[in-house]
Amino acid sequence: MLAWTIYLSFAGAIVLAILPKGKPALARWLALSVAVAGLAFAIAGFIAGVGQGLTVFVDLPWMPSMGIHFLLAADGISRVLVLLTGLAAVAGVLFSWNIELRTNEFFAFFLALIGGVYGVFLSFDLLLLFVFYEIAIVPKYFLIAIWGSTRREYAAMKLAIYSFAGSAMVLIGLLAAYATSGSHSTSLIELGHAGFPVGFQMWCFPLVFTGFAILAGMWPFHTWAPTGHVAAPTAASMLLAGVVMKLGAYGCLRVGIALFPRGLDPWGFSFIGFGSWRDVFAVLAVVGIVYGALVALAQTDFKFVIGYSSVSHMGFVLLGLMTLNQIGMTGAVLQMFSHGIIAGLLFAIVGRIVYDRTHTRQLAELETMHLSRRLPFAAWAFVIAGMASMGLPGFSGFVAELQVLVGAWKVNPWWVLAAGIGIVVGVAYTWRALQKAFFGDAPASPHMLEQEQGHPLAAITWPEVTGVVLLAGASLAVGLYPRILLDTIEPAVKALLAGGVQ
Amino acid sequence: MNYADLFRVTLPETALEIAALMVLVVDLGFLRKAALKVRVAVAALLGVAGCGAALWTVGLQNGNSFFVDGWEVLVVSPVALTAQVGILVLTALTLLLLIDENFTHHVGEFVAVVLMAAAGGLLIVAAQDLLVIFIGLELLSLGLYILTAFAKSSGKSAEAAMKYYLFGGMSAAFLLFGFSYLYGVSGSTNLAEIEQSIPLVGMPLLYVAWVLIVAGLGFKVAAVPFHLWAPDTYEGAPAPAAAFIASVSKVASFALLLNICNGLFQPGRDWNGPPQLINEILRNEFGRWQPLLIILIVVAAASMVVGNLAALAQVSVRRLLAYSAIAHAGYILLGVAVRRPYAGQVDTIHFVLDSFGPALRSANAVLFYILTYGLTTIGAFGVVAVVERATGSDRLDSFLGLHKRNPVLAAVLLVLFLSLAGIPPLVGFYAKFNLFAAVLGVSAGPVPFALVALAVALSVVSLYYYLQVLKRAYVMPAVDESPIKAHPVTMAVLVAIATAVVVLGCFPALLQNWIESCYR
Repeated sequence: MLAWTIYLSFAGAIVLAILPKGKPALARWLALSVAVAGLAFAIAGFIAGVGQGLTVFVDLPWMPSMGIHFLLAADGISRVLVLLTGLAAVAGVLFSWNIELRTNEFFAFFLALIGGVYGVFLSFDLLLLFVFYEIAIVPKYFLIAIWGSTRREYAAMKLAIYSFAGSAMVLIGLLAAYATSGSHSTSLIELGHAGFPVGFQMWCFPLVFTGFAILAGMWPFHTWAPTGHVAAPTAASMLLAGVVMKLGAYGCLRVGIALFPRGLDPWGFSFIGFGSWRDVFAVLAVVGIVYGALVALAQTDFKFVIGYSSVSHMGFVLLGLMTLNQIGMTGAVLQMFSHGIIAGLLFAIVGRIVYDRTHTRQLAELETMHLSRRLPFAAWAFVIAGMASMGLPGFSGFVAELQVLVGAWKVNPWWVLAAGIGIVVGVAYTWRALQKAFFGDAPASPHMLEQEQGHPLAAITWPEVTGVVLLAGASLAVGLYPRILLDTIEPAVKALLAGGVQ
Repeated sequence: MNYADLFRVTLPETALEIAALMVLVVDLGFLRKAALKVRVAVAALLGVAGCGAALWTVGLQNGNSFFVDGWEVLVVSPVALTAQVGILVLTALTLLLLIDENFTHHVGEFVAVVLMAAAGGLLIVAAQDLLVIFIGLELLSLGLYILTAFAKSSGKSAEAAMKYYLFGGMSAAFLLFGFSYLYGVSGSTNLAEIEQSIPLVGMPLLYVAWVLIVAGLGFKVAAVPFHLWAPDTYEGAPAPAAAFIASVSKVASFALLLNICNGLFQPGRDWNGPPQLINEILRNEFGRWQPLLIILIVVAAASMVVGNLAALAQVSVRRLLAYSAIAHAGYILLGVAVRRPYAGQVDTIHFVLDSFGPALRSANAVLFYILTYGLTTIGAFGVVAVVERATGSDRLDSFLGLHKRNPVLAAVLLVLFLSLAGIPPLVGFYAKFNLFAAVLGVSAGPVPFALVALAVALSVVSLYYYLQVLKRAYVMPAVDESPIKAHPVTMAVLVAIATAVVVLGCFPALLQNWIESCYR
């Protein structure tokens, strides 16, 4: 059933691409129905998969001479991320309702990207996973370059080159694993049993992990993320932060850690305090958490605040992966889901609800606009989203980050201390943005006042309300009753730890 | 020597030559007063029919060969068969794209020269004798010089042809010189005989021969440092001629390289002696061939680096395609060069008896790569030609707003360029993956691995310049929004090529199985 999410998205993309121009309403409804149908399949697949382990649903020989299969399967981790993708896709379409420029092309690229993301989460053949991973790169480029804002061509090219460089590293690792295993297959399951030599894993693991982690926004390879997020149109930045960064984290987990577990073993010597790749990447993750938060604190552009907060939150995912214990990795997967929802919501508020009405993202200008009075819905939506983003109890972020921190404490308390600083700064930058953007009490200039009285901001439309309710509801539901997802994630992480990581 | 065999083996070439003569007779004899459009259409269709007939005769003759004194001179080997089919199909596509062109009034001559050059291509992929190789190569090259110069009213075309001709003449001399050394060392011009009679210990004269031969053939495939002609020729030649040079000539030249390597590395020779001698013999064999491999590897690496980096700075799309062709030649040469384990890694008897396995795989991968690359390049030149006719230039900026001016053409461009960049699920990705996997499959040692890593890293660079073109077609605002019209046949061919690129990318087994079936 889950496989239909992929086919449906690509079919939708093709239909939209050949749709006659000049019918934006038709394109919108078509895209929305495809996204909703995808979400329905994702939910149905999620419910059907509760309590089940790895299930294979499509296995066809694809390139027989090379032993490569079209192998689609899902375990708990995949199902949760597919669910996230479904939610992000629906919300993305809803928040793109006002796209008037080349509407059908926009949604065609959008659905192609979504199809690629579904494909990555459901592929259990390394080459197939890689193919879907690359399919997702090209639409991102065009979405940003055509419909984006601030320095869009630069940001789009930067993002494309970073992604492609990351995937080149993955491809090198893939080719090396394929040649070394001698198993004449690229199935993740068979490669997992290939028993790569430790020396091989020691260099292949960091290569593949870094390749994927570039897309997960790992410091210091994160610089594509803020510029990309800021330049992207709302729906694209929602997808970028919401699901595309998860592709990277998912690849780190599914390919890097699961295939090359011995790559995380201690080196046997210590180099300026680092004793293994695990230490290296955990420290990079922690640096990302703190650095992202500190930089977010200093931004003057509202969207850059959210962009850097993504870098900070993705650090938690990578830190969780590096704990290599049940609770930490479960937390990492939950954080992927949680951040996907919350970042989507934040970008939607900043990019669609606020920017499309005020035409500025500068906090200093927003401060004079008294948005809490003029756009109360936006203000309260951002209060909710901000609380979720800070990791207040009751929202999904709290459960996820808590688990990551508990997992990390078991390994190295210093990491937790540093990440804790990141959380505190996180409260500060969210608070600052909230205060400046919505509850600023700076006196407005006469020009502004006149504008305020003469031209009320456009009313909030139904797609925006629906989207906010959908995303905030999802975060709240998971925060209040995390077992919905944890029951699915935990067995999968357990199996992965038992099968791959010693 | 049996002339009936010779006749049978050269049937496809004969078919092409007859078609060439017919085109001349019809065009010059009956259509002197007809409109240019009619003449172009008739000549192109006759040429396509000739390719079809040749294709049919190729299908008749798997495994035929022509012997002189017991040594094979022309063999329709699996490589030759695959390459011949590729050459004929690509020639037919080039001719179909001619229909919209108006750069010359001498259509009959143009088509005839295309067909004759293609006949030269058919000859070299089947040849097993240095002299036949040289003659075939000259037949192909002379045709290409003429085609390059065909736009008589264009100074660029003349300049390009002159450069191409001078470089070509020089490299032909190098090649012949190299062949003469090979003959001097071995006393024969036949590849198989040379293989058997070259002394086992390496000798300096042989190294000189290898360098000269690689120089000669490196020119044909536009490998660094013998690539200098390529950008000028691609830029100056009329579009169909450039497409022909970029595809058909490339396919033929790479198949020839494979042929020479296959001929000189006779694989799978039966071994009945004591096993302990095998390592000794293999070591000697590799000692003999290693210099050639090393030269090829150096040339391959240089081509990848120079091609990809130089392409970044281009503003003319044709020159960009030329540098990208140089880069692709580097990737392919990697597949040609890394064909057998290095001496230190040879382990078992099994290897000697079954050594065709890995060699066959990389040959297959190379064939797959050149065929699909040829197809993609013809399409790319087709798009460039249409844009050029409408805007008068092939500069990057003439692609501005293409998606508004002709959405179908823009979509074709998107597919072809992404395929050249190696983005899945298009065929360029699979070709690259297959080639690199084959290289690593032959030998997973550090040297091949480093080369593959270099190639993959440089293909990241290549994405940048391909996106430069696509960015103008899709992203940047149009200066002129008037629609670009193309002949329906041209559009149909371009769409068919793009479709083939997508379909073969999603189902590479279709082509892969056919290439493998040629070996049975």
